[in-house]
Amino acid sequence: MFATCADPKTLEGLAWLLCYLTSGKHMLFYLSFGTVILLLAITAPVALLFGFGGALASRSRIAPLRWFGKTYTSMVRGVPDIIFFLFVPIALDQAFEWMRAKVYCDPSVPIRQGNDFVVCPAAKLPLSSSAEWVHQSYGVFLAVIAFAIVFGAFAANVLYGAMNAVPKAQLETAEAYGMSPRQVSRRILIPQMWTYALPGLANLWMILIKATPLLFVLGVEDIVYWARELGGAKTSAYSYPHPDWRLYYFLGILVFYLLMTWGSERFFDRIRARLSAGQATMAGEAMRKAPQ
Amino acid sequence: MSQCLQTLHDYGLRAIGIGERLLPRTDFTLCEQFVLIGSGLIWNVYFGALALFIGFFLANALAVAKASSHPWLRKPAEWFIFLFRGSPLFIQFFIAYEALVQLPRAGIDIFGITVQTSWMTRAWAGALLVLVLNTAAYSAEIFYGALRNLPKGELEAADAYGMTGWTRYRRVVWPTAMRLAWPAYTNEAIFLFHATTLVFFSSFPAFQQQGDSLYYASYFADKTFNPFVAYPIVAGYFILLTLCLILLFGIVNRRLNRHLPGAVRKIRYRPNLIR
Repeated sequence: MFATCADPKTLEGLAWLLCYLTSGKHMLFYLSFGTVILLLAITAPVALLFGFGGALASRSRIAPLRWFGKTYTSMVRGVPDIIFFLFVPIALDQAFEWMRAKVYCDPSVPIRQGNDFVVCPAAKLPLSSSAEWVHQSYGVFLAVIAFAIVFGAFAANVLYGAMNAVPKAQLETAEAYGMSPRQVSRRILIPQMWTYALPGLANLWMILIKATPLLFVLGVEDIVYWARELGGAKTSAYSYPHPDWRLYYFLGILVFYLLMTWGSERFFDRIRARLSAGQATMAGEAMRKAPQ
Repeated sequence: MSQCLQTLHDYGLRAIGIGERLLPRTDFTLCEQFVLIGSGLIWNVYFGALALFIGFFLANALAVAKASSHPWLRKPAEWFIFLFRGSPLFIQFFIAYEALVQLPRAGIDIFGITVQTSWMTRAWAGALLVLVLNTAAYSAEIFYGALRNLPKGELEAADAYGMTGWTRYRRVVWPTAMRLAWPAYTNEAIFLFHATTLVFFSSFPAFQQQGDSLYYASYFADKTFNPFVAYPIVAGYFILLTLCLILLFGIVNRRLNRHLPGAVRKIRYRPNLIR
């Protein structure tokens, strides 16, 4: 990065450290923090959407839709989430390739040959000829879907509970005014439920943050990957030889996560205060009574 | 059937190193998958049960410290709880492993006695330590919340009887706090058992392929390219484990609430889903 870093062997002390921390590999390491934040930024809304759909489905009047919603929301109960993180990407990958194989491949060759899952090269995802970044982003894409499905199920539980927590009298009043079920949902139920959903959703966000290192398990080049890569002992064959520094890299990651959760907590405290205003809850009542 | 019994004999205790040394390599039968994954469950139960037991005492101490008015007690407890609740368990495992590896190989000299340290880098000790500290932090927060929500009347009643200090804590504060915290603590116990699946996925190596249930499940899924058998088996085992936990904790809950009229009815477990 700097001109003085051209020959790191001659450097000493602080200058060496500065050059070391700005090497090309380290830039990729810093970028991977962006990957984590990007994953959070994409997954949170998608999971919320899945959760919203799941919650509405499990309240539906159409029985099959309700069954689907109930199954989806109860799927995460009792089963560790990491099992889903391992299962969903492989299952999705195979599903995509299987569908492509049906279209592009010779149908006489069976896809499942004993213990092997074989599709012809044309059906491979991503194609073996595609660039490295395509492989990477396909991995991230599968990871996002896996996270969204699992956290969508969590969110569906939270939102389902929140929808049931909205006072029945309010919904009945709306009906008495002649609103259709859809209008009741849109005008009363959904605006009112957020204050009940917020504690659960805030918790969920914290869990989502703390689940992001699992990206490493899914084979994405995230911060854990780079910390292991960069921290491992380097012999003098490398430009910056050093002993095993993985501990320090992991401590850095720890600080990153602590800052993330600490900042989120601050943020949610403020939102909670805002959403409680004018609500028929204890917090809202306390705000009303507080001297202006 | 007799073949499956043979498999059970060979691999039933494989996870703790008893039985056949080599794992099956080809033509995996359903029976082999059930038996090996089930044998891995021994580790999950070992980690979960021990961490829960040790963590329970630590959590009680931490909760009392956090509720204390003395800053020298309160601040360390607050920091400990923040540290372990604010960071991913996954990273905690990594850090613990890297830190334990740095311990001197030859052992540490304490007053002339050499304490061996190599066992600390093995999963059964190192990962257990992390799990204990982790669950202690989460449970301490639950117990702390319960301590803050103690009914004022019960404390006043204890005062009126002239109870102070340890007697008051042991006979009034602690049983009531446990009673209030128990549903949330049940939830924490379930999450702890789920968290044990991370042990062999983090950096603690599975010595001689002795891993937990998820370790074997992913072994099968990798070898057969078929995630639709092994992972549902683990999921099934964990649902059973969760049901057992709910049953056990329900018994304790009934005992804690036995003096309350109407509370002895069947415990209605409302899972929080969230740790």
